[in-house]
Amino acid sequence: MSLDRKVAIVDLTTGKIDIKAIPLAVRKQFLGGRGLAAYLLYNYSKPGCDPLGPDNAVIFSAGILGGMLASASARTDVMTKNPLTGLLGSGNFGGFFAPELRYAGFDHIVVIGKAAKPVYIFVHDGEVEIKDAKNLWGKTVTEAQWAVREELGDPDVKCAVCGPAAEKLVRYANVMTGIKNANGRGGGGCTMGSKNLKMVAARGTMDIKIAHPHEALEFDKRFIEQITSAKVNQTMGVLGTPFIWGATNSWGGIRTNNFQFNQLLNADPIEPEEIDEWSKESMGSEYNMSACFGCQVHCRAKYKIPDTPLARKYGLVGKYDEGPEYTSQGAFNGEPGCTGLDTLLMGNHLVDQYGVDNLEIGSTISWAMELYEKGILTTKETDGLDLRFGNDDAVIAMIHHICKRDTWLGDVLAEGGIRASEKIGKDSFKLLIHMKGMQNLHSDERATPALALNLALASRGSDHLRSRPAIDLYHLPVDVMRRIYSSPVAYDGPLSSDHTEYIGKPWQVAWHENCYMAVDCLGICKYHTTFLGATLPNFEDWAKVLYYNVGLEMTPKDIWDVAERSNMVERLFNIREGMKKDDPFKGEILAERYFTEPCKRGAPDVIGKKIDKPKFLEMRALFYKYKGLDENGVPTPESLKKYGLENLDKEPLRI
Amino acid sequence: MEAKVLMINHEKCTGCRRCELVCSVFHENVANPSKARIKVEKWEWEGLYIPMSCKQCVDAPCMNVCPVKAITRDDAQGLVSVDNDMCIGCRSCVAVCPFGAMNFNPMMKKVFKCDLCDGDPQCVRFCDMKAVDFVDVRKESLSKKRDAAFKISEAKKLGATIQYEG
Repeated sequence: MSLDRKVAIVDLTTGKIDIKAIPLAVRKQFLGGRGLAAYLLYNYSKPGCDPLGPDNAVIFSAGILGGMLASASARTDVMTKNPLTGLLGSGNFGGFFAPELRYAGFDHIVVIGKAAKPVYIFVHDGEVEIKDAKNLWGKTVTEAQWAVREELGDPDVKCAVCGPAAEKLVRYANVMTGIKNANGRGGGGCTMGSKNLKMVAARGTMDIKIAHPHEALEFDKRFIEQITSAKVNQTMGVLGTPFIWGATNSWGGIRTNNFQFNQLLNADPIEPEEIDEWSKESMGSEYNMSACFGCQVHCRAKYKIPDTPLARKYGLVGKYDEGPEYTSQGAFNGEPGCTGLDTLLMGNHLVDQYGVDNLEIGSTISWAMELYEKGILTTKETDGLDLRFGNDDAVIAMIHHICKRDTWLGDVLAEGGIRASEKIGKDSFKLLIHMKGMQNLHSDERATPALALNLALASRGSDHLRSRPAIDLYHLPVDVMRRIYSSPVAYDGPLSSDHTEYIGKPWQVAWHENCYMAVDCLGICKYHTTFLGATLPNFEDWAKVLYYNVGLEMTPKDIWDVAERSNMVERLFNIREGMKKDDPFKGEILAERYFTEPCKRGAPDVIGKKIDKPKFLEMRALFYKYKGLDENGVPTPESLKKYGLENLDKEPLRI
Repeated sequence: MEAKVLMINHEKCTGCRRCELVCSVFHENVANPSKARIKVEKWEWEGLYIPMSCKQCVDAPCMNVCPVKAITRDDAQGLVSVDNDMCIGCRSCVAVCPFGAMNFNPMMKKVFKCDLCDGDPQCVRFCDMKAVDFVDVRKESLSKKRDAAFKISEAKKLGATIQYEG
């Protein structure tokens, strides 16, 4: 049977480990990955708990296809109550951890309580142990993984590990695996740090039975061809995610100098082709890409940091890393207005080693830069650091200070934007670009209302991977859009292929929210879905891949329902933890600057654009309607009943 | 015609390990890389990934060392095979293989190795990068000669430039 993986509930306070089976009924309701993680978090974290206290839970969750025959079936969701926002915290990484966890016999590790001293959890072939992490504590992300492999005498141990930033309780510390696979959002690393948990290490040699092996192999071959034949994936396989930078920046879709501009000028040194060239040169090979488990897209470039004055100053010359992604380009170049390739490569390397969210730290530093230029912060608060935009050195210095909390400003910014704004005072909060307390990606959505709506509604706070209907920008013919957005449930409302439009967008956002939730439950990568192209796999394909591998007979509509239900549980969690739709701190509303400041740079269809607030609120109301929510964004009793969630608070725990 | 061989170019490998996955599914009907006949050895911290598999050696040490003659080579197919009925699980072949290509299944108490999937190696079929390829060894040798010659000529040009400038 393919569905024999288990859940381990590990209480670090008592040292008690409970190993439980996953009932088939629960599987059919949530599949795995993020969906089941949401269900587990709802049940295993105490309502209203302190995210940094023992009552919070942190859940490591492999998708139901993890390690099986589906391209890039390698995603792990880590879910917790986010120390940064107090709402849902969830991040998703690729790499090799999820397959290894499943080969070790487990789908989910639920960690509660708090250890008295640093520990790590070792999962291997059906067993779970809590082990002493004295020799791992204080180590960087790669050092710690290296050390545990040495200790266990096995180079194939895979780790979900937190870095020094998590130990210092930086509120946006990541969980990491491998060199650079980051659970980039949600503060899971910080929760691990608060529990004295350095890592979950996994090693497994157990079979996962494939339900229909011959058919699975043949279908997988076609599935892969479908994925790799898309131009977008071919490009990504050469240039990595930075390939979108050139187009987005010249168009004016990048947030620069915090939010003052929307295009980085003189950005030639960090164009994707430049990064690619450096990557090839520094690795001494024309083949320079690395991949997650079983993935043909291979979107990460390998590189070594060049010998530059700045790299020499920080002792980083020749250090190996992977990436640098589109997000790092924004975090360390676009937002702080820096154009150095070495700044990008070093920034990327440092966040990987400290284990901190590149997006959050880059945005936070850039926000501080705007405060500095506007006189709200002075050299007194910055310890003499010249925090002007375009100061590459200051960006690298601030990454260190935040992760080590060794200066006043570093310590304050480690608390995240909202808490920092309370300490800094004046008008600092008004300049913060956040939704639900989470800073935004470096992108600028003022010309794309659909993407802006996604930001405000994302369950884990401002986010580009919860729904983002990015195919909006491809200007697909409406009949093609109709085909995508009318399946697997009928939709005959308006649709518009104009990215600046407001009509039709609420449905697109609602549709993509379910699409990405489904993918996260399956545990495969979003680059292999309609996120990037109309021809890429969809609900129909997932039903087949699920059947051939796992043997579960589910229709595309059944998978849609799983996604709808899982999204609803995430929403219920947020509501339980205090989300109110118009709350400027925890609400489903854009930062005010989206409504008041027009775009200053970019293409003619971008310049002058801002989000129309009444239209935005209309979109949100329609989204609520599509989702079966009332006017406040709360699931109606009928919707709860429809998805079997009416007794979520009262019913006995089914796992 | 010479039998084809598995040729590995580790420079092309992205380290995804799909070869391990499809190998285990094809042979054992399960997803389990530890039962794969091919394995990607990885030095993650340097970005070095090297797939290791059986070379189907002509003068195969595993075959030579086998005390019960359970291992034989078919020259026409270029394939070294283990007869499971004869294998006594002594693991001499595991010890002697210079590439670690012979594996031991502790449940079956037998050794197992790459069998080229009846002439259609799944690792090759699923490797998008062609880091693992199934080729005619003479053709491969010719193309390697050509690549190496090209590199040497480039190096010469580079050397000449440095001499000229220096």
